[in-house]
Amino acid sequence: MSAHSNYRELFDTAKRGGAKDWLPHLKIAAIEQFEAVGFPTTRDEDWHFTSVTPIAERTFRPARSSGTTLTAEDIARFTYGQEDWHLLVFVNGRYEPALSSFATLDAEVQVMTFGEALKEAPELLAERLGTLAPAQQAFTALNTAFMADGVVIHVPKGVALEAPIHILYVTDAQASGASLHPRTLVIAERSAQATLIETFTTLGGGAYFTNHVAEVVVGDNARVDHYKVQREGAEAFHVGTTQATQGRDSIYHAFTFTTGAQLSRTNVYSKLLGTNAEVRLNGLYSLEEAQHADNQTFVEHIAPACSSREVYKGILDGSSHGVFNGKVYVDPQAQQTDGKQTNHTLLIGDAARVDTKPQLEIFADDVKCTHGATVGRLDELAQFYMKSRGIGAERTRALLTYAFAAEVLELIELEPLKLALEGLLFERFIPPEPV
Amino acid sequence: MLKIENLTANVGEKAILKGISLSVNPGEVHAIMGPNGSGKSTLAQVIAGHPGYEVTGGTVTYDGQDLLEMDAEVRAQQGIFLAFQYPVEIPGVSNAYFLRAAYNEIRKARGEEEVDPMEFLDIMAKKLKVVEMDEAMLQRSVNAGFSGGEKKRNEILQMAVLEPKLAVLDETDSGLDIDALRIVAEGVNKLKRPDNATIVVTHYQRLLNYIVPDFVHVLAQGRIVRSGGKELALELEEKGYDWLLEPAGASA
Ligand SMILES: Nc1ncnc2c1ncn2[C@@H]1O[C@H](COP(=O)(O)OP(=O)(O)O)[C@@H](O)[C@H]1O
Ligand SMILES: [Mg+2]
Repeated sequence: MSAHSNYRELFDTAKRGGAKDWLPHLKIAAIEQFEAVGFPTTRDEDWHFTSVTPIAERTFRPARSSGTTLTAEDIARFTYGQEDWHLLVFVNGRYEPALSSFATLDAEVQVMTFGEALKEAPELLAERLGTLAPAQQAFTALNTAFMADGVVIHVPKGVALEAPIHILYVTDAQASGASLHPRTLVIAERSAQATLIETFTTLGGGAYFTNHVAEVVVGDNARVDHYKVQREGAEAFHVGTTQATQGRDSIYHAFTFTTGAQLSRTNVYSKLLGTNAEVRLNGLYSLEEAQHADNQTFVEHIAPACSSREVYKGILDGSSHGVFNGKVYVDPQAQQTDGKQTNHTLLIGDAARVDTKPQLEIFADDVKCTHGATVGRLDELAQFYMKSRGIGAERTRALLTYAFAAEVLELIELEPLKLALEGLLFERFIPPEPV
Repeated sequence: MLKIENLTANVGEKAILKGISLSVNPGEVHAIMGPNGSGKSTLAQVIAGHPGYEVTGGTVTYDGQDLLEMDAEVRAQQGIFLAFQYPVEIPGVSNAYFLRAAYNEIRKARGEEEVDPMEFLDIMAKKLKVVEMDEAMLQRSVNAGFSGGEKKRNEILQMAVLEPKLAVLDETDSGLDIDALRIVAEGVNKLKRPDNATIVVTHYQRLLNYIVPDFVHVLAQGRIVRSGGKELALELEEKGYDWLLEPAGASA
């Protein structure tokens, strides 16, 4: 029996509303789409360097939610020390109100779980959900078919959300062997502003599979900062797709931080639909042992005079494998496009490997689009400089490795998050000082 | 303190130092002058232990030990300091962290207690005054985006913190305006002690108005072609280097 028919069976046994309702409709269409396309293989151009066989050959049953024993103390280590951020905590895919906390929200701003949204804003959900994410892709279809809960954020016209919203996805031992299909929908109306952090992590979750989809509508003149921190467990699998659409004069900044999972694929896509929009897609992946992480970006310049900037950096230790594929499409109408993409990889492990592939399709003539990739070892001159100050060889390498990563973290504008991620890398790379 | 005998060194296949001998004693200031490309920086880098230069002959003893056997970090821990002609930018490592890491390594090598970040800030406050640098400098990445003058001052700041026994300053004066030059030179003079020594590499005489050398050596085509007292620098200022160079074709 093939993997996708297993998912069909799991799908058929799940309880669902009447087939007339829009949501079951969406889900049925999705499972059919998933069955039609199946899991991608390395023959697919988009998956050339990443085999999802380890995911496809198992059947991850959808996580069952039976309430958590985790306490606020357990999860405190994942909240970046920020008590005045809005915090929504999901444990094994289930929303945990007792662990979540909302700072006072502007009355018009809506932050809801799917359950709440179905009651409070059904039209909004029905109108937008599933309209952005690439429904034809297997993992997106699988998410739509199995999504159990998620978060809807609606920021009305002209409202700037002061405190960031942090969605924290934690798994524990209960999640072992399970799949989680969290879903996020963000709608920032005209001139609205919001900052969203999505953290994926575990407390002993074993071999679970997170399959996340986020849809982000950035209205005219709106700004959304979207951070994704992927620190899944060492045995876990993670596939995630973020799709944004951007209106005129809008700003969308995404940062993807990847240190977790044995196998991960993270897609961040943005469609520039209005003129003069700006997108920044940045990321850092730091892998060790036999980890595999694939980052794909896709910027579609549809409207003229938009700018896109991408900086992805990777640090590959052990026999890890990093993949970066940066796709840029420039529509014939998208004159005065200004695009720049770079990918720098530091190979530390002798058996580590990187595949980096820029992919530019440009159909307009008045455009500036550049890309650059470097793969290297630590700079000899910098090493000598540090040693010439008395710093030992091992510490020199550690510091320079940290520095390589810290440089891209500088692009994070949310200071507490930047400091927290710097701290994580510092601990990872710099041997503790003797006391 | 430092004794170089008949030192020869290559970059790749190319011979750059062709037999250098030089003795430096505690308390002395030596100036090394010479035209561009004569090998001054190469000599400085060989003393500091740059692995890209291959020593092909000769000996270097430092405090009675074979210097050439030591790794660069060990040389620094033993009190050798090179102010780079082109200081290296290290984005992502703050000056404060870098300096403290270096300071603690060197203290450790001397058998002294390491200091914590708070103690170190107190020490830094004094050292910053030596080079008239702002405290904000400490939070910036090492040399990243620094102006030419800031980089040179940062080298002297490092020297002030690390208190070397033997400091080699490679063209620390080049690219400095007169104010910066005075600050840098005064910094060097303040750090001077009877038990340490300084080698000043420059091709301008003007620095030597501020840092007065005991000896001046002229390096040309990988050899020391003339040594003398501080008046030699003035003579070079007047006559240039040509009179000291071998006529073209004379060297084999
Ligand atoms: N890393 C290097 N690779 C190739 N040639 C070098 C290198 N470093 C120095 N050289 C050569 O060695 C010679 C001496 O250079 P250098 O020591 O920098 O001279 P100076 O400092 O006196 O100007 C020059 O001809 C220079 O081109
Ligand atoms: Mg030089």
